[in-house]
Amino acid sequence: MAILVYAEHDNSSLKAETLKTVAAAQAIGGDIHLLVAGHNCGGVAEEAAKVNGVSKVLVADNAAYEHQLAENVSLLVKDLAGDYDAIIATALTTGKNFMPRVAALLDVAQISDIIGVESADTFVRPIYAGNAIATVQSLDAKKVITVRATAFDAVATDGSAEVVALDSATDAGISSHVSDELTESERPDLGAAPVVISGGRGMQNGDNFKLLEGIADKLGAAIGASRAAVDAGFVPNDMQVGQTGKIVAPDLYIAVGISGAIQHLAGMKDSKVIVAINKDPEAPIFQVADYGLVADLFEALPELEGKL
Amino acid sequence: MKVLVPIKRVIDYNVKVRVKPDNSDVDLANVKMAINPFCEIAVEEAVRLKEAGTATEVVVVSIGDKKCQEQIRTALALGADRAIHIETEETLDSLNIAKLLQKVVEEEAPQLVILGKQSIDSDNNQTGQMLAALTGMPQGTFASEVKVDGGKVNVTREVDGGLQTVSLNLPAIVTTDLRLNEPRYAKLPDIMKAKRKPLDVKAAADFGIDLSPRSTLVKVAPPAERSAGITVETIDELVEKLKTEAKVIS
Repeated sequence: MAILVYAEHDNSSLKAETLKTVAAAQAIGGDIHLLVAGHNCGGVAEEAAKVNGVSKVLVADNAAYEHQLAENVSLLVKDLAGDYDAIIATALTTGKNFMPRVAALLDVAQISDIIGVESADTFVRPIYAGNAIATVQSLDAKKVITVRATAFDAVATDGSAEVVALDSATDAGISSHVSDELTESERPDLGAAPVVISGGRGMQNGDNFKLLEGIADKLGAAIGASRAAVDAGFVPNDMQVGQTGKIVAPDLYIAVGISGAIQHLAGMKDSKVIVAINKDPEAPIFQVADYGLVADLFEALPELEGKL
Repeated sequence: MKVLVPIKRVIDYNVKVRVKPDNSDVDLANVKMAINPFCEIAVEEAVRLKEAGTATEVVVVSIGDKKCQEQIRTALALGADRAIHIETEETLDSLNIAKLLQKVVEEEAPQLVILGKQSIDSDNNQTGQMLAALTGMPQGTFASEVKVDGGKVNVTREVDGGLQTVSLNLPAIVTTDLRLNEPRYAKLPDIMKAKRKPLDVKAAADFGIDLSPRSTLVKVAPPAERSAGITVETIDELVEKLKTEAKVIS
């Protein structure tokens, strides 16, 4: 069995989630190749070559792939697909965007967002916002799969795979990149941080999110938010943790002023340790929290920062 | 410019779904159903394009059993002009849905197809992208802003690190994210009017597509329950527990 794993990256570094997606590929079992599609992405290829369990790194370095537009990347992956029994990507923005396109081009159904591998053709995935867990058997000869990275443990990075440059430049010519408005942050990436502290509607406004910053600095944490806080305009959408936002599973998740709507729980309930700080003792968040503190966050947060 | 909006009937987002005791699937008997929230946003966006004079006609299409005509009427009440119902008793996977929609796109020749980014039941996030591949159209997924400009559409997308804007040649596919707009409530006169809007019913079987399933649902189980932990009384106690018991901070 040969498996092609699509490397998630930003042309400068390999996303940590890819190491977890490779672990999912290992669970399926087979000869694993990593595809790096981008532009001026040599550094990513070097990192990719070190990923354990990968025998070969394919590098498609071309201006057509600079922004990994779905129209172009899907053609590249489709052209490579003949050599593989399974094509796997991380269920992050890039993978979610282009993979169904690959599946349709190959006339294959996609199995999205898997959290477990039962066998080479049977996978486990959440449905209904994680309120039910489905086991699905694919009937297609070729598998197209996206992986929820938080469900797998990262492989190590002390390998040395062969790196092969691809001479490919498939530009569909129907789309172009205009601009990026990326949030600049010194903090770790929300999806990969070992500690996440999130604020909800209880924060009352965007300014009060500063109360989380000092704690985040001390814990090396990323800062997240509930959908309620995002919809209220307190913070930008890329901070949203939840079924429709980011799915996180850090070692420590601190929910502050978050009631615990199903939507939010779906995005964080796989965290190892959950702390909830809320003044409402009836808040549903306490039903999933390992440690609950019923307190006014405006008093609790400064005190917590002082004692860390 | 014609806009096509495929919509799906799903469990109402306020209802907590339950798994059947035999683990064969979820139990949807006597459960409140609704138009998928992302699809509702798609309808709203199309109607706004029409109100702005950009779109001339908004056509909605839904694939499912007879009951999905309820959701079609909802979309018509929100401002869509006419509707197509592709009737089937089967639960089709995304690829087969996309193949049926491809036929509709060939017949209707819309300049823009707006879909929800995913349905809140199967959570697949596939149909829009698959339809784009099958029709050879560019795609702007997870849209938080859509601006039609001549022969192109600029779509601002919600990506992991923030926002990305892409320019797509028309005709194009757009899938909606939550912050694209806030759908209106249908007013009673609009609900009445919607009952008289044209609804064309076709049988899925008449499209000449092999709709056989591509996967088998082996079982459906409830998620592992996380049990509530303990209540701490003070910050000191919390910090102590995190250090010595949970060992997640040092």
